[in-house]
Amino acid sequence: MKPTPLTIAAGVGVVVTYIRAIFFTPTEAVQGPAQKIFYVHAPAAWVAFLAFGLVGLASVLYLWLREERLDRIAESSAEVGLMFTTVVLITGPLWGKPIWGTYWTWDARLTLTLFLWFIFVAYIVLRGAIDEREMRARYCAVLGILGALLVPFIHLSVYLFRTLHPKPILMKPDAPSLPTEMLTTVLLAFAAFTLLYVALLRVRYRYAVDRDALLAESHHA
Amino acid sequence: MNSVIGDAMLVAKKDLMIEFRTRSAFLSVVVFALLGIVIFYFAWDSTAVAASDLAPGVLWVIFTFSGLLGLHRSFGVEHAEGAIDGLLASPVSREAIFLGKAGANLVFVLAVQAIAIPAVSLFYNLPLGGVALPLTGIAVLAAIGLVAVGTLFSAMAANTRLSELLLPMLSLPFFVPIVIPAAQATAKLLSGRPVVDALAWLKLLLAFDLVFVFACMLAYPFTLEE
Repeated sequence: MKPTPLTIAAGVGVVVTYIRAIFFTPTEAVQGPAQKIFYVHAPAAWVAFLAFGLVGLASVLYLWLREERLDRIAESSAEVGLMFTTVVLITGPLWGKPIWGTYWTWDARLTLTLFLWFIFVAYIVLRGAIDEREMRARYCAVLGILGALLVPFIHLSVYLFRTLHPKPILMKPDAPSLPTEMLTTVLLAFAAFTLLYVALLRVRYRYAVDRDALLAESHHA
Repeated sequence: MNSVIGDAMLVAKKDLMIEFRTRSAFLSVVVFALLGIVIFYFAWDSTAVAASDLAPGVLWVIFTFSGLLGLHRSFGVEHAEGAIDGLLASPVSREAIFLGKAGANLVFVLAVQAIAIPAVSLFYNLPLGGVALPLTGIAVLAAIGLVAVGTLFSAMAANTRLSELLLPMLSLPFFVPIVIPAAQATAKLLSGRPVVDALAWLKLLLAFDLVFVFACMLAYPFTLEE
């Protein structure tokens, strides 16, 4: 694959973000350097949910419009989303061990992310288990929609259980509660990760287009 | 609407009659549930964990797993000798087929529960006299949600290459918002708390049922050949 302007921009964005996060952003007073992982963890979590939302949206639109492109978007977003969800699930415990004293706890958001990962995996396995194109697209769209409906229910049931996760720092009603230098780095990280998501989505989408074209060709031959 | 319900009853009756005449699935699922209850007892140190703490979890884990076994049969039986084609060619709406299938599965799952719950009470030495009624309510609410999602995924999994493996993989994440509230509500009841204490959990179960019965009924036609 040749690098495109988009993938280069995403790569540069990520590199710049981490140079800034490591060398030019103050170290948090209580947590020390462990807090730096936040600049990977939070934007990856944002992208994971964004990717999941796009799978749901593309699935609804597919069942309505029956446009092959929408199925490919859902397919690509699920795979890229699974990767980012994996990053969230790896970086979280790495931070949790020194700060909470445990790698894993059955907190509401951890549990929700874990189940998001399971649903993504089931979605990809389902794709692999059906050969017929059109049927695969329909089945996956049904799962994508039901998965999107499921997320609030899992959230509610595990939230009623208990929660330990840090309270929202960015997305809360009043102003974000962190110093300006840190805020700039966080926003930069969110932007870089979103760009990276779009770039990877596009690469994965191109792959799906080529693969389907190749399959169609071999059917004709 | 009347004809949808009537047609659904016919489909359910057909499925239940097949099951009643062979009894193969029901007996094996009941034996599976009983074995599960017994094995779970030995998997914990009974001197360290009180049976009343263990029972709610055991009950709902067994309930989901035995439900899965039964659900797998629901569309598996239609694929033998292409029976599904006959069903689809009949003048019955797709929604009615789904409701009928789900209805038969609901009866199946509740019949397994009717044996499993007293068995837990017996083996774990838990008198259920006082809480029998609310516990039945929880079982029915949980069974409706489980069956709605399970019937849809059974229809999908039956058409794939990995059907036996795929059904639990697809269904289990969806059973989480059923198992957590059901187990929590059961634990509240078994520890002698009033039903009001479990109300938040029961509401969650009811909301899940409402959303997923409709969502799965609407989604079902998309899982059929067009």
